[in-house]
Amino acid sequence: MATVAEILVETLALSGLANEGGDVKIALFVPCYVDAFFPEVAIATLQLLERLGHEVVVPPQQTCCGQPMANSGDQAASAATEAHFVDTFKSYDLIVGPSGSCVHHVRLHLDACEQTPEAAHVRKSIRELIEFLHEDIKSLPPIDFKHKVGLHNGCTALRGLGHARPSERVHEPDFSKARDLLTHVGGLEIIQSDRVDECCGFGGSFCVTDEAVSSKMGQDRVADFERNGAEYIASADNSCLMHMKGIIDREKRPLKIVHIAQILNGGPFA
Amino acid sequence: MNLFNVLTDRPVDPESAAAKFIADTKHEETHDRLVWGMRMHRDEAARQIPGWEELRELASQIKEHTLTHLDQYLEQFEQNAIAHGVHVHWALDAAEHNDIVLSIFQKHNVKRVIKSKSMLQEECGMAAALETQGIEVRESDLGERIQQLAHERPSHIVVPAIHQLRTDVAALFAKNLATDEQNSDPHYLTEAMRNDARPALLHADAGMTGANFAIAETGGIVICTNEGNADIGVTVPDLQVCSIGIEKLVPRSADLGVMLRLLSRSALGTPMTQYTTHLHRPRPGTRIHFILVDNKRSDRLASPDFWHALKCIRCGACMNTCPVYRRSGGLSYQATYSGPIGVILDPGFDHTKYRELPYHSTLCGSCSEVCPVRIDIADQIYKWRRVIADEGLLPLAKRAGMAVMGETLSHTEAFHGAEAVAIKAIEQLPGVVFNNPLNPWTKHRDMPNPPKQTFHQWYQKNRGSE
Repeated sequence: MATVAEILVETLALSGLANEGGDVKIALFVPCYVDAFFPEVAIATLQLLERLGHEVVVPPQQTCCGQPMANSGDQAASAATEAHFVDTFKSYDLIVGPSGSCVHHVRLHLDACEQTPEAAHVRKSIRELIEFLHEDIKSLPPIDFKHKVGLHNGCTALRGLGHARPSERVHEPDFSKARDLLTHVGGLEIIQSDRVDECCGFGGSFCVTDEAVSSKMGQDRVADFERNGAEYIASADNSCLMHMKGIIDREKRPLKIVHIAQILNGGPFA
Repeated sequence: MNLFNVLTDRPVDPESAAAKFIADTKHEETHDRLVWGMRMHRDEAARQIPGWEELRELASQIKEHTLTHLDQYLEQFEQNAIAHGVHVHWALDAAEHNDIVLSIFQKHNVKRVIKSKSMLQEECGMAAALETQGIEVRESDLGERIQQLAHERPSHIVVPAIHQLRTDVAALFAKNLATDEQNSDPHYLTEAMRNDARPALLHADAGMTGANFAIAETGGIVICTNEGNADIGVTVPDLQVCSIGIEKLVPRSADLGVMLRLLSRSALGTPMTQYTTHLHRPRPGTRIHFILVDNKRSDRLASPDFWHALKCIRCGACMNTCPVYRRSGGLSYQATYSGPIGVILDPGFDHTKYRELPYHSTLCGSCSEVCPVRIDIADQIYKWRRVIADEGLLPLAKRAGMAVMGETLSHTEAFHGAEAVAIKAIEQLPGVVFNNPLNPWTKHRDMPNPPKQTFHQWYQKNRGSE
């Protein structure tokens, strides 16, 4: 089995593919909960990739990456779903998905299924939408989103995929791929939060098995953005957003949520 | 899996305990703010050291080297300590440790012990064991003494009473030390504690400490405190007993510079602990006993996935940064060690009892990023979940749920069928079905809005002809 380092090196070698625009067929990975509850995010992702000149296919048999079961430690329950994922995407050179935690699972943790050459290929060929777009940032279509936006980096995207500098690494130069993308959007103002990369508390099945802690973390995260003047919370992870939206709706707060793909594509918003 | 244990040994329940802690808003908010403050101090202290990441890497390598040559360094340490006139004992487990302590105390007719904070002695349940033998054990660390009076475990490795408000301490001291219950001024309370502790320090028959570091090259130990309590404890009584986990070894005195630069900065954000005491040999006419304790550390060392956790220098940085720990309070872990490090250490003692701890985490990964010796804490939490599941220790409902999910999500039609059922349910069932206590999602959150159509339905409709 390839080590994590090897997977990352091979993934980075794919960087060139994005820059060639249009030459490589992209398989769009739509996470299960995005398909069911946030179709607008998948539509925005599809349209955005097409506007950038890519040929995008949507493999119809796709379901889920296996993360929910694997995160519970249940390898036996996740193996078939992971194998199905590999089978679905094995014939594509590049897989792009608008979800940090799902891409993180495939790249770093998809090892309940048999580690065939196809599995290795899928694991190294998958790209999270933000990291993919960031490599070709100058080609982004001009778009406006005249709102104050709080940026929430999901933890697996932040520390697992390297979307931004984690706040713990005090000596590294500050960077954020999502922020870079959003600065290309007209009229958009990024507001800071007090605890810049505090976890929102979603955590997969944690959100129900540890309901009280999960909800309190979400309430604190939402309050932090609201206190600092955000109108929207934006993220590359709709799972974090779904959790925070549940809290926003319950508490009837004025905040709204939006996936970064929706901002960059100018919608659809619901 | 030992079925008997599953049926008889009730697992800890950190989720319910955390829910109770959170319901007490004032405690939870103060705890979160104070503990987060320590994380911020850590960041600032790290910023002052240009080679901070290199220092972490070096510390990690020193511990890795030591642990992979632990047998040699332990023997070297023992030889040098004996040469200094220290009595050295080896304890395989907690019971053996407590028996050794008891036999030393019985031999010297010890009735009153003054001790400084030691997580290892906590781990061994030592104080309770000694007290059943009529030996009074008094904590000298302020936070630890508060916890002793409250009949609670330390809730944090470094600041044991961080979950208590000043008013809690005022009430506790009023009950035990006859202070004014209305006066929660920290200076007043600290003074009361000091006045109460002094006679105990002066009249103790023996002093006890743990060890932050044990140096193979010199046979000495190092104890780090901020109150100087350990220093009084090791200088006043004529008999000293120090409990040392075998993972506390470092090869040379020179290695201490690396460890000490990281320890207090990672813990509280201060450059050093106020007192860093080196203990090498007994003064003339006095005795020192070192007890080298295994207590499952060898088992951990033999584990390919979990041995790195032995690098831990007990700074508590992982607890301070952990968003779950900050909301839960350390006592909710119901174990010797709390926070992320506890989540990976406690199951190593009893993974049946502590099987819920690896799930008391969002796997956000911040713990791994602050750890001064670069323990892969979050990865180990993930791996412990696999051990728990492999051993058949997932709760039955969860195991069944995962099996159904796995079956559904591995078949396209079954997945779309389940989607349709879920969306229809949200659309058509009255809110009360979801907004009830049996659905943990809706206690504090609304359900997602049902979409007009799923993405694949939209795709078939709009792009189906392609």
